[in-house]
Parts: sequence; structure tokens; C-alpha cells
Amino acid sequence: MSLIKAENVCLGYDGENVVENLFFTVEKGDYLCVIGENGSGKSTLIKALTGLKKINSGTITFGDGLSKNQIGYLPQQTPSQKDFPASVYEVVLSGCLGRKNIFGVYSRRDRRQALDNMAILGVSDLKNKCYRTLSGGQQQRVLLARALCATKTLLLLDEPVTGLDPVATSEMYELLYHLNRDHKITVIMVSHDVNASLKYASHILHMKKDEVYFGDKQSYLSTEWARVFLGDGEKND
Amino acid sequence: MIDTLIFVFSQPFMQRALVGGIVICLCAALLGVSLVLKRYSMIGDGLSHVGFGAVVVASALNFAPVAVAIPVVVAAAFLLLRLGENSTVKADAAVALVSTGSLAIGVVASSLSSGMNQDFNSYMFGTILGLSESDVWLSIFISVPVLVMFLLFYNKIFAVTFDEAFCEATGVKAKLYNGLVAVLTALIIVLGMRLMGALLISSLVIFPSLTAMRVCATFKGVVICSGIVSVVCFLFGIVASVLFDLPTGASIVIANIIVFVIFFCVGKLVKR
Ligand SMILES: Nc1ncnc2c1ncn2[C@@H]1O[C@H](COP(=O)(O)OP(=O)(O)O)[C@@H](O)[C@H]1O
Ligand SMILES: [Mg+2]
Repeated sequence: MSLIKAENVCLGYDGENVVENLFFTVEKGDYLCVIGENGSGKSTLIKALTGLKKINSGTITFGDGLSKNQIGYLPQQTPSQKDFPASVYEVVLSGCLGRKNIFGVYSRRDRRQALDNMAILGVSDLKNKCYRTLSGGQQQRVLLARALCATKTLLLLDEPVTGLDPVATSEMYELLYHLNRDHKITVIMVSHDVNASLKYASHILHMKKDEVYFGDKQSYLSTEWARVFLGDGEKND
Repeated sequence: MIDTLIFVFSQPFMQRALVGGIVICLCAALLGVSLVLKRYSMIGDGLSHVGFGAVVVASALNFAPVAVAIPVVVAAAFLLLRLGENSTVKADAAVALVSTGSLAIGVVASSLSSGMNQDFNSYMFGTILGLSESDVWLSIFISVPVLVMFLLFYNKIFAVTFDEAFCEATGVKAKLYNGLVAVLTALIIVLGMRLMGALLISSLVIFPSLTAMRVCATFKGVVICSGIVSVVCFLFGIVASVLFDLPTGASIVIANIIVFVIFFCVGKLVKR
């Protein structure tokens, strides 16, 4: 059974559709990149997958017993987070809260897991640093470590490299690839960066105003869509 | 001077003021951390004005002021938080509108009913030195549950303050905890208004956490430091007001300003 199966999904705001007739499936271990112009509804789709937003029509089925508290999510950063007084450890640990009861008391296992995930993302030595003093790339790694505390199955990321310098950007992509390949975590990522998407992804979901392409990377590359989009990729970015 | 202080602090009115004031300052400071970090400072201010309006109208109609004000302010808290969620110019203006509107209604209501000036003053500027025994019990009955709730839900409140979207997506009921913070804030603001006055309670919510954020690097540190700063400033303020015969509420706020400036400078020095 597929991890996620979207059938005939329509998404939008105030009853008006932004995305129509979306079909795609995600299998365990896939790396799906969602690309497309600004305003084509990529963030809206991610919000629908996290349950932050209701879909207008159609169905999204989660298989393999995937429930809400097994999704890891890396939202676009909010302005108030940029100068939030919290230690890295506090932030990462808070990823465990989804599966706790209403009080949310951390167990030994949670602390262990938080430390492990910080090690995977190479932020262990920042443990007691203040989140707001970190560089953009470090902040994203911390948020990724937090997302890993919430899931072992599926990561949803919305433009994780926005505002990062080129070095931090490629490090971030390498990390995601590593998580996908070595930790068997399914990744669904929205990205502006078409070339990087094509390098690492196993599947592509290309969204346009009134059409959507979904398929694996090889078949995508042979389409007219890819030729046009990659051809004037520079102009679009 | 020491003798004067000992004499003053042995007076029952002063002891009532200390108990009532400390519990409220503590609660206001803790909740303030979450409000300030979510950029809801203006909402705290707005709520105190709504509380003022509700209290004055209630006493003009001969209802029990606090009993009326609590549900009104809780409702207003939900309304303003909902408005505050979308950070548009419209939402910002709406908060200001509700806030000034309630203030105006309160002022008009008090001028229409005779013999209200005393009450008007006490709700505007507080009567911390004139608390009755039942006032003190009321503040304990409200503050202690607020403190307990805050501590019980501390981890969740942190997570929701830091990142609502992540919480919702991973199964933490952000709306529930936002609602909890709204209700607790409303309770403390109504109570604080009774003691410190509508004009001053919002500074008790905002100042200590802003001060703590100048120097603390962890959320836990900010919460603890903010609680301590709040209580210490309260004590300094009340002592100064007794010694130099100053208005109490305003002295407490000035103590907060002074400590803020000190922490601000320390923060700048430490960062270098
Ligand atoms: N909260 C909202 N209310 C109404 N319309 C929205 C909202 N958020 C986004 N939209 C609209 O939905 C469309 C898709 O937005 P979005 O999913 O953010 O696009 P993308 O992430 O692909 O750039 C855009 O036309 C945008 O104007
Ligand atoms: Mg987007």
C-alpha cells in the first residue's frame, strides 16, 4: 500500500480552487520534489498534507498506518522565530511533543532521541546555544532535527533552503539525501531550485496554474515540461 | 528609614498588598513571555482596556464588577487573538479599535452614573494599598490555578509559542493551548486591573519578559528571570512609593523601566 495516495484533489482558498485534479502517489522511501512557479499552490499542497488546511474535494489517503503524529514538518520560518530566545536543545526536544499526552512531560527516551537527532544533523555542539544567534543554515538543521523527533517515516519540507548561502544550501540537500537514503525517511520537498531537485529526487510533481505533471524523474526529464522549465529556469528563479 | 519600613510592612494593609501583588506579578510575567514572543503585546494592552470598560459599565448597572469582567475579557481575548493571527493592517487596527472603544465606553458610563469617580480612579490606577481581605483571597484563588496550569502545560506552551504550524502538523493541538493562554491572560488581566489598574497591568505583562529577553538565552531562563524581575520590581516599587509617598502602580512600572534599561545595557555588553 502506498504511503500517500492523492486522488482528484482540489485545493484552494474560500471555495476557489488554486490546484485542480491532482493525482499522485508516494511510496515508502521516495524522494518527491514539488516544483513550479510562485503561486502555483506548492505551499498549499504541503499544508493540505500536514492537515493544516482542508482540501476542497477529492481524497488523500495515508497508508501504512501513517498517522498525524508521525509526520515531520519543516515550515517556512516565521519572522518571530528569528529572534526567539530558546536553546537549541529546547527547540529540538519540542519535536517529541506530538505523541505525548496533554501535559507533554519529556521522558528519558525523548531526551535520548533529541540528542541522537542532533548528532545526525551535526548540531550537537550547539546544544546550549541560543537559537537566535545561529546562522540560517544552522537554524534549518536544528528545525530538521526537531522534525526528526516527530517522525521516522515522512518529512515534509517547504523551501528549506530559502535565505541560505550556497554552501549551506548544498549541505542541506546532502543531509536530506542522506536521511532519505540511509535512514529510509520518505521526503516530500518544495523547492525553487530545479537543478538540485533533479539531482536528488526520485519523483517530480510539477505544478502549473491549471495543469500538473507527476511521474518519476526519468520520465519527467523526457517531457516537454522539463525542457521548457529547465530551459528558462534562470528566468523563473 | 529602616524603622519606617519595618513599621509599614507590619501593617495589615501592606501585607495584603504584598501577597496580592506578588502572586499577580508572577502570573503576569509568566504569561507575558508567551504573549510578547507571539507579538501579542498590544493584545494584552487591549484586554486591559476592555476589562476597564466592562468593570465600569457593570458597576454603573450595579452588577458585581469582577464577575462581569471575567467572561467579557475572556471573550475579548479570543476575539483579539483570532484577529491577531492574520498580521494585516486591518487586524492591527481592529485591536486598537476594540481597545480605545472600550475605554471610551467605560469613561462615558462612569460620567453618566453619579458618585463613580472613586471607582473610576481605582480601576484606572488600582488600589493595591487598599485591598480587602476578600480581594486577597480572590487573587490567590485565581493566581494559584493560573500558575499551576502554566507549569503543567509548560512544554506545550513553549512549543506552541515557538511554532504553531509545526505543532498543528505533528499533532499538538495548538489552538487548544492558544485558547488556554488566552483564558489565563484574561483572568490575570481582570485581577491585575483590580489591583494595579487598567493602565498599569499591561506593563506588568510586557516589561518583565522584555527585560529577561535582553540577557537570557533559553526559554526556561527567560521564564524564570521574568518571574523574578517582576516580583523584585514590585517590591522595589511598593517600598519606594511608601518611602517617598509616590503613587504605587506608577512606581512599580518605573522600577520595571529602570531594570529594563540595566538589563538592556548588560545584554549589549555581554554580546560584544
Ligand atoms: N491564506 C491565503 N488565503 C487566500 N489565498 C491564498 C492564501 N495563501 C495562498 N493563497 C493563494 O493561493 C495560491 C497558491 O499559493 P501558494 O500555495 O503559497 O503558492 P506557492 O507556494 O507555490 O508559491 C496563490 O495564488 C496565493 O495567492
Ligand atoms: Mg510557497
